[in-house]
Amino acid sequence: MHAISFDVAKILAGSLVLTSFLMIYQVRLLALLNVLGVHAFVLALAVAWQAHVQAAPELYITAAITLIFKSALIPEALRRIVVRLGLHREIENVTSLGLVMLAGVGLVALSLEVMLPVTAQADPLTRTDIALALSVVLLGLLMMVTRRNAVSQVAAFLSLENGIDLAAAGARGMPLVVEISIAFSVLVAFLVIGVFLFRIRERFDTVDMHALDAFRGDRK
Amino acid sequence: MITLIGVLGVPLIAAALLAVIPDYRLSARLNGVMSFIAFVAATLLFWRRPAIGDFILVDDLNVVFIVLSTFVGFTTSVFSASYIGHELETGRLTPAYLRFYHAMFQVMMFGMNLALVSNNIGLMWVAVELATLSTVMMVGIYRTHEALEAAWKYFILGSVGIALALFGTILVYLAAHSEIGGGLDGMAWTVLVAHARGFDPALLDIAFVFLLIGYGTKVGLAPMHAWLPDAHAEGPTPISAVLSGLLLNVALYALLRFKMLLAACPGGIAPGPLMITLGLVSLLFASVMLYRRRDIKRMFAYSSIEHMGIIVFAFGMAGPLGNFAGLLQMVMHSLTKSAIFFSVGHVAQIKGTQRIAEMGGLAESHPLLGWSLIAGVAAITGLPPFGVFASEFLVVSSTFARQPVLAALLVLGLLLALGALFMRVSAIAFGPVRGPAGPVQASYLPMFAHLALVLIAGVYLPAPLVAWFQHVAALLG
Repeated sequence: MHAISFDVAKILAGSLVLTSFLMIYQVRLLALLNVLGVHAFVLALAVAWQAHVQAAPELYITAAITLIFKSALIPEALRRIVVRLGLHREIENVTSLGLVMLAGVGLVALSLEVMLPVTAQADPLTRTDIALALSVVLLGLLMMVTRRNAVSQVAAFLSLENGIDLAAAGARGMPLVVEISIAFSVLVAFLVIGVFLFRIRERFDTVDMHALDAFRGDRK
Repeated sequence: MITLIGVLGVPLIAAALLAVIPDYRLSARLNGVMSFIAFVAATLLFWRRPAIGDFILVDDLNVVFIVLSTFVGFTTSVFSASYIGHELETGRLTPAYLRFYHAMFQVMMFGMNLALVSNNIGLMWVAVELATLSTVMMVGIYRTHEALEAAWKYFILGSVGIALALFGTILVYLAAHSEIGGGLDGMAWTVLVAHARGFDPALLDIAFVFLLIGYGTKVGLAPMHAWLPDAHAEGPTPISAVLSGLLLNVALYALLRFKMLLAACPGGIAPGPLMITLGLVSLLFASVMLYRRRDIKRMFAYSSIEHMGIIVFAFGMAGPLGNFAGLLQMVMHSLTKSAIFFSVGHVAQIKGTQRIAEMGGLAESHPLLGWSLIAGVAAITGLPPFGVFASEFLVVSSTFARQPVLAALLVLGLLLALGALFMRVSAIAFGPVRGPAGPVQASYLPMFAHLALVLIAGVYLPAPLVAWFQHVAALLG
C-alpha cells in the first residue's frame, strides 16, 4: 500500500514537471493556455492524492479550488482576453527553444541535486514532492524570462504558483494550506480581472472602440 | 485586545466606509482620522500588549515597526488630503477613483499592520501579499501607459518575489517538522525560535536563501530592485511615500525575523555575509545610478534603494552596534524619505512635470517648499545635524572597527550619493526660476513634523529610546 501510494505521488509530481516542459515550447497563446489548464488539472490530482495518502481532508478543498479556479476559470478568462485583444493568431517569437529546453533540463537536475540530499530526514513522500515542486518553480521562472508577451508571462507565473502549491500540499500537516491556496487564487484573479481589464479598457478608449463593438456584433 | 482592534480593525472598518462614501472631502478627512486612531492604538501597545496567541504576537521588536508604520501612515493621510485636491482639479483623478484610492490606502495599512503583528509565518506571508496587491492597484491608478507598465512590472516582480518567499516559508516549516511536528505550532514565531536549536540546518539554509531573495525583492535590494523606481515614479506621490517609508520596512522586518531564526540554529550558515553583500551591492549600484536620473521621483526612489542597502548591510554586520545602527537608520530613513516625497509631490504639482530639467529656482519662487526640500535632502544624504548622520556615522564607525575595507566601500557609496543628490537638488532649488510658479495649497505640517523629529533625533536621542533600541538590538542577535 505504502509503496503504491508513493509511486502514484511520484508519477503525479513528475507529470507536473513534464507539463511544465510542454508549456515551455508552446508558442501559440491559446495552445499555451490549454496546457496551463492541464497543468493545474495534474496539480489537482496530485493534491487530491496527497489528501488521500496523508488522510488530510482539508487538502481535498485545496484540490477542489485548484480544479475550479486554476484549471477551469482562470485559463478561460485568459482565453477570452486573448480573443478580445485579437492575439489568438499571434505566434510568439521565443529565441532558441532548444537551448531553453536544455536549460530547463539543467534546472530540474539542479533542483533534485539540491533538494534530495537536504531532505534526507523528511519522509520520502514529502521529499520527492518538494524536489519536483522546486523544478516546477524554476521552470516557471525560466519561462517568465524567455517570454515577452504579458499573457504568457501570466501563464508562466501560474505554473510557478502550481509548483508552490505542490510543495505546500507535500509538507505534511502544514496548516493554512487551504488559506494560502485561496490567497494565491485571489492574487491571480485580481491580476487577470483588475490589471487586464484596466489595459483593455484603456486600449478600447483610445485605440479601438469600434473593434469591440464590431466584435460584439459578430457574436450576436 | 482593544489596542489590537485599533491597529487591525480600524483600517478594515475605514476601508469599508471609504469604499462607499462618495464625497471626497469627507473621505479624505475620515482617512486621516482613522489613521490617527490606528496610530494612537499602536502607541498604546507599549503599555497594553495582547496575549501571545497562535496568530498574534506583539513583542519589543515589532512594536517599533508598528508605531513607525502607523505614524507615517497617519502623516501621509494628512498630506494625501491636500495632494488629491489638486489631482482632482487637474482631472488626473476622478471622484470614483478617489474612493477606490482611499479604500486601498486603508487595505494597505491593514495588510502591513497584520504582517507586523502576526505570529504565524503563513499569515505574515498572506498579509505582505495583501499589502503588495493594494499598492499595485494604486500604482496603476493614473492609467497612463507608463503607470500601467509600472504596475505590471511591480506586480510580476513582486509576485515572483513573494512566491519564492512562500517556497522558503514552506521549507522553514519542513525544517521545523521533525522537531515540532505539524499543526499551527510549526508556523508560530515564538515556538519556532524556542525550538530552532534542533532544526535541520541544511534545509533551513536553503529556506533562508529563498526568503532572502523573495522578501529581498520587496525590500528593493539590487539586483531585484527593477520594480521600485517605476512604482515610485508613476504612482500618486502619497503612495511613493508609504512605499519607501513603510512597505520596504515590512519586508525587511520579515527578513529580520527569519534571520533571528537562523541565528538560533547552530550549524546553519551565517546570514551576515549574504546580507552584507546584497546591501553593499545595492548601495553602490544605486549611488552610481543616481547620477543619470532625470525624473525627480525616480531619483529619490534610487535613494531608497541606496538606504535599504545601508540598512541591510548594518543588520548583516549585526552585533549590538550594527543592529542598533540598522534600526536607527531604518526609522530615520522612513521619516526623512516620506518628508521628501511630501515636498516632491507638491513640487511636481506646481511644475506640472516630474522632469528635473524643467524645474528651477524653487527656493526663490516657493521658499518654504524649496528650503524644506533642501533640508530633506541634507538629512537624507547624512549631513549633520540630522538623525541620518548619527545612524550612518554609527554604521560606518562600527564597520570600520571590524572590516575597514567594507567601511571604505560604504563611505564611497555614501559620498557618491551625496554628490548626485546635491547636484540635482541645487539645480531644482537655486538658479533662475524655470517652469510654472503658481501658488500651491500645500500641507506643510506632515513634512515639518517628520523633519523636526529627524532633527531632534540628530541632536539628542532621549535615553529611554536609546535603551529600548539597545534592548531590541540585543534581541536581534
